Amino acid sequence: MSKRYHIAVVGAGPAGLSAAGRAAHYDREAGASEPSYILLEGFNTFAKTIQKYQKGKHVMDEPGFLDLRSEVGFTAGKREEILGVWEEALAAGINIRYDSEVVGIEGEKGNFRLKLGSGDAVEAEHIVFSIGTQGNPRALGVPGDAESDFVRYTLDDPEDFKGETIVVIGAGDAAIENAIALSDYNKVYIVNRRNEFSRAKDGNLNAVLAAINDKNRPFYCRYESGVARLEMPAAPGAAGAIVLNTPSGEERIECHRIIARLGTVPPRKFVESCGIVITSDNPEAVPDVDRHYQSNVPGLYIIGALGGYPLIKQAMNQGYDVVEFIHGKDTKPADYPLLQDQFSGLPYVMDAEDVLDLYQQRVPMFRRMNPLAFRELIIESRIIVSLPPAELARAPQGGERSTAFVAAGEPLYRHGEFSTTFYTLVEGEVQLQLEQDGPWHTIKPGQFFGEMSLISGRPRQGDAVVSQDAILIETPRRIMVKLMNSNKEVSSGIDRVFIMRALQAAFRPQLSLAELGDIAGRVETCQFKAGQVLFSEGEEGDCLHLIRSGTVMLTRGGANLVVNQNHSGELVGQMALMGAPRRRDTATAAVRTETILIRRPEFLALVGSQPDHVATLQGRLSDVLRKSNRMASQPQAARAIGFLMGEGLGEATNALVIDETLCVGCDNCEKACAETHNGISRLDREAGASLAGLHVPISCRHCELPHCMKDCPPDAIRRSANGEVFISDSCIGCGNCETNCPYNAIKLSYAAPKKPGLLSWLLLGSGSGPGEPEHFTPSAAAKDAGKKAVKCDACMGRKGGPACVRACPTGAAVRLSPEQFGELVEGH
Amino acid sequence: MHISLLAWRGFRYGKWALVLGLVSIALYLSQGGSAAQPPNGGTWQGYVLGTIGALLIVWLSVLGVRKRRYSSTLGTVQGWTSAHVYLGAVLLVVATLHSAAQVGWNVHTLAYALMCAVIFSGFYGLYVYIHLPGRLAANNAGKDRDAWLEELGELDSTIRDTVEACDAELQAMALSALDLTALGGSSWRQLTARDHSRIILPGQSKPVGNAEQGVIVKALSERIPDARKQSQAEVLNELLALFGRRRVILNLLRREIRLRGLIRVWLFVHIPLTVALLVALLIHIFSVFIYW
Repeated sequence: MSKRYHIAVVGAGPAGLSAAGRAAHYDREAGASEPSYILLEGFNTFAKTIQKYQKGKHVMDEPGFLDLRSEVGFTAGKREEILGVWEEALAAGINIRYDSEVVGIEGEKGNFRLKLGSGDAVEAEHIVFSIGTQGNPRALGVPGDAESDFVRYTLDDPEDFKGETIVVIGAGDAAIENAIALSDYNKVYIVNRRNEFSRAKDGNLNAVLAAINDKNRPFYCRYESGVARLEMPAAPGAAGAIVLNTPSGEERIECHRIIARLGTVPPRKFVESCGIVITSDNPEAVPDVDRHYQSNVPGLYIIGALGGYPLIKQAMNQGYDVVEFIHGKDTKPADYPLLQDQFSGLPYVMDAEDVLDLYQQRVPMFRRMNPLAFRELIIESRIIVSLPPAELARAPQGGERSTAFVAAGEPLYRHGEFSTTFYTLVEGEVQLQLEQDGPWHTIKPGQFFGEMSLISGRPRQGDAVVSQDAILIETPRRIMVKLMNSNKEVSSGIDRVFIMRALQAAFRPQLSLAELGDIAGRVETCQFKAGQVLFSEGEEGDCLHLIRSGTVMLTRGGANLVVNQNHSGELVGQMALMGAPRRRDTATAAVRTETILIRRPEFLALVGSQPDHVATLQGRLSDVLRKSNRMASQPQAARAIGFLMGEGLGEATNALVIDETLCVGCDNCEKACAETHNGISRLDREAGASLAGLHVPISCRHCELPHCMKDCPPDAIRRSANGEVFISDSCIGCGNCETNCPYNAIKLSYAAPKKPGLLSWLLLGSGSGPGEPEHFTPSAAAKDAGKKAVKCDACMGRKGGPACVRACPTGAAVRLSPEQFGELVEGH
Repeated sequence: MHISLLAWRGFRYGKWALVLGLVSIALYLSQGGSAAQPPNGGTWQGYVLGTIGALLIVWLSVLGVRKRRYSSTLGTVQGWTSAHVYLGAVLLVVATLHSAAQVGWNVHTLAYALMCAVIFSGFYGLYVYIHLPGRLAANNAGKDRDAWLEELGELDSTIRDTVEACDAELQAMALSALDLTALGGSSWRQLTARDHSRIILPGQSKPVGNAEQGVIVKALSERIPDARKQSQAEVLNELLALFGRRRVILNLLRREIRLRGLIRVWLFVHIPLTVALLVALLIHIFSVFIYW
């Protein structure tokens, strides 16, 4: 009979440690002789994601506005310090059991049975899942494959090993990068199960093939090979061996070490096998939990990254709270004061928890959300109250997170602003335009707006004017994207409204909402990868595309002759329905693009209801045709546009383009960038592609839908109202943005040393002078603080515009938006 | 969209310079033609011209400061450079009229001569700035120097691999051709772009010239008809093609180094001369006032 616990915590990351710490506190209070809880860890150490960080990495404690509430300590600091504190907490008495991977769960609340990988079982009344989303490394699957000095599933520093024979198993990026780095000082075999490295990134693919073919590098590859068995070393430090199944029979390789990089097993399958429902197919989706972190399985709680909270502090607070809830305490969560502050400016006196419930009921879209997700949404949002302009001056000025006041009758945002937040109206009215100078639409309580910028990444189209005594929830884009990823109903609801409003903006139909909704239900949403063709020159067309997001380029008589480029909100292929059906151009997605496909019946229904607008549409079509015709007569210019599109500038909003026939290579642009941005240049002039005198250097293009914003844990990457994408001080240096940017425009860097004053440089020779140096040695303090992501901020807030352009002596450098590309290439 | 520094803001400073030049000529002509006071630097018109010239010289040299004031919002560097070019050119007129062609072996003429040297070096710089970037871009064919060097490196390692199939004599020769390839070097060699590559011939210890990879190409082309086996001929043919490509890239890189050097090197004359001019100008002004 296995021992039965009150709580079993699965996964010894920050959330699990914190939960176990709180459970241990209750045991001490009760004077229990035996622990009433157990912390189960599948690995042989705790907090393995953080253990995997490089040595000395600075770990941040975002979000700064939230206080830590945990028995286990945590403040921002070096990886070693944090792990040290946790190790002490464990030593002080936490009932942890290592190497105990939970492989299955049976039973129900009060009577769970956790099956372990070793065949053992543990019984518990409640289970807390804090297993994160990283998953466990995939094992070799042969006896002796447990992590040891001989078999390793991670590699901290390749330079730890010298003069050894090392076998690397795997063919992904991690395996290739490790193997190549190790082969500088060791003899390396890389073992690939397939006959090619198809999973690797291009750069790594080329590198591994070059390394294999390099006769001077002790680097060997075994294709179509698997691990048959291991021969463990006789003594620590001695050589063991690995036996491989190769196409030509077994091969024995004597080696000092085996590094297995076979990827991780994502926890989703396991989570679902426990009966937990994840409603969305999206790989980033997380399960729903209630206010007490309980999943759809009663008695089974989910906290931390798997519950949708990837930051350490949030996860630790949840660990504390969940144990409180299990013990029947109705503790106010650590974020309760935050909510109070947010609601402080509301015109009524009510407990924050009640306001929360009220608002969730008021908005149909939010009603079906789980309360915890809604709570997070509100905490990350801003509550806005409109007041008559006269009262605005007297309104109490709270902190950054308290209720914000705006003047009634004034625009909430204006046409052309780059804000991407999403608004939900709780009380009052908002007058909304869907395009510049377009007709006004009234938004009622419970409705939302701002979805256009959310989905297409474009600046605001038209103004939004708020009436008196309105209450709004303004939610950042990141939170909405997360919500849409995990909640199908919310995403399809927003999507439907988006389509209806996009159709309204494009065709101005005089239809009832029901009729419009009906059409919105019949049109099709299409997705295209960069380079995918929407339709081809010469074919017969019976539909048009309204671009939701991205850029479509029209080419004629050859792939590189771009005669027109269309951006979100614009129509493509309307000729087929408004003129002749034969396509005169090939339409290709320049970047990943989404369109709304409209066929003839829907098109006729839309334009038929508003004949006045047809003339406008026809006028726009004539403009487009005239423009394409002019471009088609200038193949040189058309080819240059094709080049710019090929460089990904189709999704740019503000890109640096250098005229090579003017550039003298003085690098004053880079120097100016560094001098105005804490000593680090954010552009690399010489790198990047060129064609016919146009050069696209490596520098940020401030994409419409920035790739870098995708998964930034502290939400440090923001977009200003003028469109600049910038990184705020809350960057934790995780490097996600650097990986996600397809244009290499972001790098991680230590802070540069401070510049001396001009005189002390000139007269005393201290530090470096103006425009110097390109490279620097970071100070010990800078190294301690760790690397942070740096990128171009288009010199926002700087008078006179971007320093790189202002510093160019010959006028070679200009920054421009895609609308200006035509002008750029025609003048060339 | 891209406007050259000469055409900046519709030739604004060209027009200013033109006006300043005409005003200077008018001032000069207004000087009385009396024998006692011929046009010279000492008339009031001469003083005005001299003051304009001195102020211009000081202002022109401030470009070096403005260029490094990266946060400055006082115009753009391109605007300053455009003005620098036109006002620098008109300085020649202003200062010549100030001097009224009175030259001699003295510090005044030294200042004038230095100024002319600075201005003419500037003209050369302008020529270089206008013409060479386009040639550089055409030469580099859309790739930067690092990319070409990388291709050269790959080519060399392919040659090393391929030549292993050949006899020891040819192998030694080909490898010496790779090892003794000269690229860059002293400033003079960079600017002249002459090929100083060498090679060690069989049975010799002293390397000989291998400009344009000519010796190795000749050696390879002579061996191809003599090859006994077809496979041998194929290897030699391959090597010939590789060395041919190598020559193309080496030439391209040499031109690149030369053009980049030319774009930069004139500043090493222009700037020190400017400093010397400022010193001479100061002495000129002081001495004029002392010997009034």
